[in-house]
Amino acid sequence: MNMVDAINNALDNEMANDKSIVLLGEDIGEDGGVFRVTDGLAKKYGNNRVMDSPLAEAGIMGVSIGMAVMGLKPVPEIQFDGFSITILDQVYNHASRIRNRSRGLYHCPITLRCPIGGGIRALEHHSESPETFFAHIPGIKVVIPSGPYEAKGLLISSIRDPDPVIFYEPKRIYRAIKEDVPEKPYTIPLGKANIVREGKSLTLITYGSWLRESLEAVEELKTDIEVIDLRTISPLDTGTIISSVKKTGRAVIVHEAPKNLGIAAEIMARINEGAFYSLEAPIERVTGYDTIMPLASYEQLYLLNKEKIKKAITKVLSVKG
Amino acid sequence: MKIIKKFEVPYLQILDETGKIVSKREMPKLSKEELKKLYYLMVLSRAFDEESILLQRQGRIYTYASLYGQEAAQVGSAYALEKDDIAFPSFREHGVYLTRGAKPEALFLYHKGDERGASSKDVNVFMPSIPVGSQIPHATGAGMAFAYQKKKAAAIGYFGDGSTSKGDFHEAMNFAGVFNAHTVFLCQNNQFAISLPVAEQTEAETIAQKAIAYGFKGIRVDGNDILAVYKATKDALTEAYTGKPTLIECLTYRMGDHTTSDDASKYRKPEEAKKHEKFDPLLRFKKYLIKAKILTEAEGKKIQEQVKKEVEEGVKSFEAMKPYPAEDIINYLFEKLPDELIPELDEIKKIAEESK
Ligand SMILES: Cc1ncc(C[n+]2csc(CCOP(=O)(O)OP(=O)(O)O)c2C)c(N)n1
Ligand SMILES: [Mg+2]
Repeated sequence: MNMVDAINNALDNEMANDKSIVLLGEDIGEDGGVFRVTDGLAKKYGNNRVMDSPLAEAGIMGVSIGMAVMGLKPVPEIQFDGFSITILDQVYNHASRIRNRSRGLYHCPITLRCPIGGGIRALEHHSESPETFFAHIPGIKVVIPSGPYEAKGLLISSIRDPDPVIFYEPKRIYRAIKEDVPEKPYTIPLGKANIVREGKSLTLITYGSWLRESLEAVEELKTDIEVIDLRTISPLDTGTIISSVKKTGRAVIVHEAPKNLGIAAEIMARINEGAFYSLEAPIERVTGYDTIMPLASYEQLYLLNKEKIKKAITKVLSVKG
Repeated sequence: MKIIKKFEVPYLQILDETGKIVSKREMPKLSKEELKKLYYLMVLSRAFDEESILLQRQGRIYTYASLYGQEAAQVGSAYALEKDDIAFPSFREHGVYLTRGAKPEALFLYHKGDERGASSKDVNVFMPSIPVGSQIPHATGAGMAFAYQKKKAAAIGYFGDGSTSKGDFHEAMNFAGVFNAHTVFLCQNNQFAISLPVAEQTEAETIAQKAIAYGFKGIRVDGNDILAVYKATKDALTEAYTGKPTLIECLTYRMGDHTTSDDASKYRKPEEAKKHEKFDPLLRFKKYLIKAKILTEAEGKKIQEQVKKEVEEGVKSFEAMKPYPAEDIINYLFEKLPDELIPELDEIKKIAEESK
């Protein structure tokens, strides 16, 4: 299955088992979503469970909250990353704090799905990486899968989670990676990073679509590098990061979002708190530039690539410990 | 219970689909030359559209949203604007740009993913706005600026039926009413928002009636009738200069896919679009012009040829353009780039240099 199929399959599994799950979003019904992620689900489960919504993102999130606090488990979709910003008000001022404000009387089990990132030569506002905005909100979990198998297990966990989750799907790898994915439901725990490759000389930390290029870079350098896929960027799995860096003494962090206040900055701070005395070299980060995502003609220049990752790794490894 | 208020929604059609004038009284004052110019602009818009779809298929530009079927709504409304009026378009308003004098090459360039194509000097059309509905408050704000400056100018906000679901639309309309903005709201109701038919977008029977809630006039016009669109926009602008906003709903039809990335057959039977061909805005206008002896067949042909040449030249000149310097992806963030960002600028330059 590719990631589109895996996510579709996860939704199908969960909807079959739990009638309180409803989907809503723009063009997700008959059209099956602009990336076809919800293809066939409206036919199978009906229009009252797979709702084509009016064109209003803040409304989609707002009504999802209302449904969630009255016992449904909405899985809304926002069509593109750039438009997920208008839901910030509902997420920040409501979804994130309903449990806290009501001292547990109400809670808000919503899994908000949305494609993320560049690499498909899309129009303006369709190639953004706004995960940090949501990761900064207390009470919100932010999950970003790195491939089909991961996507299915993490999505099922997100839907079953009793609290709000923002689930960003890297659109660049929607169809680029095929993996064996079980048809049956399975879960991958939220908040737990995955050590994809073990090693002793350096820790490479990434998430989402750049895991693939990171692994390729590591293979080509033929060194003993440990690669961590964060899976969940909030809450961060600090424990896994710290014990890895304590072992390797070196780290490189890779993400597409701009550098300023990105997730890498938080990871560096945590390494500083938990593994400072084990460090043998300054940490490097490979990130997007602190500028607006350029239109298609310069998209590749903005985006990361294997070479940029290799360069950072080589630099960190070259520092004498 | 008693009724304390009643409202009406006017409908304007001047030219029916057979090319017959059905409302002489409403006929706008346009010279023969101007009528011919309108026809030329519609033909130009369609030729530009066809070329864009072709270029996209060949990989020479990227995603493109077709205006096919909406030529009258775009050209008719934009032609009514005076020099100082400004338009705030969405992503489908290529006909508005062309009518206001933008060159095809600029529009092609934008669709090639080049920022330089997004704005054109001296045409008074703002950059396209892709986040649906987000430009409507800008049109209100611009209209508030004109009111404040006591300027005889207005702003026109373009948007689709889908955007009327967004808060932006309602907030923009409410502000315009409250602040007597010099603003015209022009909705092209092409009856679809990607796959969603307008009947599922709103329970309201018309979009025009939504103006009533905000205290000003809403009118529906036959959006494939260029004379009606022109007349309604002209009247609305005259009102707007005095601080009275109007919502114009142009009822039209999206003849093509939503964009080149869309496949409309997934949610709409091709026969359904086919049925709308008889309402084609160009056909009926041409029929009228010929019958009224404003245009001859020979002149019509000449316009076709002229337009073809213009579009071809546009393709040539945009494809001959060199890419802009790589560092411009960061250079336009601020008037002066903060020192803090200079290392990033240098890195961008270096990487661009290395990848040459
Ligand atoms: C805020 C926002 N949400 C979603 C989209 C994706 N999208 C682009 S166009 C469109 C439908 C717009 O419908 P309408 O307003 O009727 O304009 P039309 O495309 O018919 O011209 C959608 C959902 C977007 N661009 N912006
Ligand atoms: Mg529409």
